[in-house]
Amino acid sequence: MSVLVFADQAEGHIKKSTFEALTYGAKTAALLGTTAEALVLGTVSDDLTTLGKYGITKVHQVANETLNHLDAQVYAKAIADAVTATGATVVIFSHNQTGKAIAARVAARIKAGLVAGAIALPEITNGFVVKKTVFSGKAFANVNITSAIKLVSVNPNSFHTAETGGTAEVSPLNITVDAAKVTVAAVNKVSGEVPLTEAEIVVSGGRGLKGPENWGMIEDLAHTLHAATACSRPVADTHWRPHHEHVGQTGVQIAPNLYIAIGISGAIQHLAGVNRSKVIVVINKDPEAPFFKAADYGIVGDAFEVVPQLTAEIRKLKG
Amino acid sequence: MTIEKFKNSQMKILVCVSKTPDTTSKIAFTNGNTKFDESGVQWIINPYDEWYALVRALELKEKDAATTLHLITVGGADAEPIIRKALALGGDEAIRVNAESTDSYYIASQIAAVATEGGYDLILTGKETIDYNGSSIGGMVAELVGIPYVSLATKFELAGTTATINREIEGGEEVDEVSLPIVVSCQKGVAEQRIPNMRGIMAARTKPLKVVEPVATEALTTVVSFELPPAKAGVKLVPADNVAELVRLLHEEAKVF
Repeated sequence: MSVLVFADQAEGHIKKSTFEALTYGAKTAALLGTTAEALVLGTVSDDLTTLGKYGITKVHQVANETLNHLDAQVYAKAIADAVTATGATVVIFSHNQTGKAIAARVAARIKAGLVAGAIALPEITNGFVVKKTVFSGKAFANVNITSAIKLVSVNPNSFHTAETGGTAEVSPLNITVDAAKVTVAAVNKVSGEVPLTEAEIVVSGGRGLKGPENWGMIEDLAHTLHAATACSRPVADTHWRPHHEHVGQTGVQIAPNLYIAIGISGAIQHLAGVNRSKVIVVINKDPEAPFFKAADYGIVGDAFEVVPQLTAEIRKLKG
Repeated sequence: MTIEKFKNSQMKILVCVSKTPDTTSKIAFTNGNTKFDESGVQWIINPYDEWYALVRALELKEKDAATTLHLITVGGADAEPIIRKALALGGDEAIRVNAESTDSYYIASQIAAVATEGGYDLILTGKETIDYNGSSIGGMVAELVGIPYVSLATKFELAGTTATINREIEGGEEVDEVSLPIVVSCQKGVAEQRIPNMRGIMAARTKPLKVVEPVATEALTTVVSFELPPAKAGVKLVPADNVAELVRLLHEEAKVF
């Protein structure tokens, strides 16, 4: 009986969303009176003993190069075999892009209940009840997992990383890895920008900006805050900005610490993509914009005057 | 297998559709917060299933008329208006598995049973439903059927039996190549939303809608209760000529930078 955390890596580095999952796993293990271990698939350049600082006692690594690329089928078998080999009864994933590809497959393979998108630690006084977001962030459900093995994927940015110190033991895990059926032809990373789903601060623009030529001030503000840029659906649909920046119900759903919405009215479909943000700032010249009802702070004013001042003030603060 | 031979071999596509509350629905609960309050709720086809998975399947069928396109939903009789609406967009027939569940393993097991029996080459789902937001059905169906799964697709192309799929990753996309049969979960970019026309709506009335009974399986999770997020304290408005005050509040009060 132990907690096993799937430690997701890309290009040899453990991902930030994984540190949250590791912390979640360590705290769950403490609740259950057991230890938290991690599973790394593929070869990495990071020093895996450092995962100990998130409360992990042991890191199991399947150092097989086939696993350096994600094939959900191959991963699911490897993870399921690792669960059996380590005797884990709780398995934790990040509900990031990789988690969405594999956690459900693992669940079906070992017939274990999965709560996808958890935002709180399990309640274990009466079953194993995990809180998750439902209705696109408009409500929460408390879900009990009734199977012997329990799977949880943790929503990115909903659980704070805690470093406790300590060093993890790294141990190779020998399991058979299947040949991949999915081959990776290309990886197209958006360079020089902060990935939207991992960003702690997001600066977002809407139709109120009048045209793509006015995005310079959005980028300046984002750069000053080391933030990602985003946009509303009409902006992406008219190709002012690329589609991968569209946040909302049918675009990317995000949960940053700070979301700054500029010239966005705040339609309910847009809110569904951003309402898990911890702090929302709305800048809009229309005082009736519905977004103000969902905001923590707001300025009723002309974005073309307010945003450059905001950037200047933050620069002043940051020296 | 050559492309020509494949064309004659009649590709079979299955699209999974789910009934969800309209995006503008008021979310409330009854029975001591254990049940979603359905009063006054407009039901729609889950947008990811409709706009992306179904429309891409329709495009593939339009390119190759020999393609068979089936729709599947797991739900009670009240799901039938939604599946008729999906059929109005296109597709040859629909299958409703007569069961209701909130457990993704139970639902996926029902779809997998139909999919295995039907021998589909391509199974498409939306990336998630807008009610339970699990993003789980596609992966589970793929595992239960025993075929590859590509998640969060933003582009899907097919040449013969080889699919080229752009898949969302952190901060970008990966281009994957994989042979059919496969399961793919679809999102924005895969296709463009369509509006059903009168001809489609009329045709949908007479298309076969098969009702099948569920296979025996168990649910592995149960919803104990729902809750609504705590109400916001209300917006703090800062005058437009005092941007410095906003920065001070964000720095000292909200502590976000």
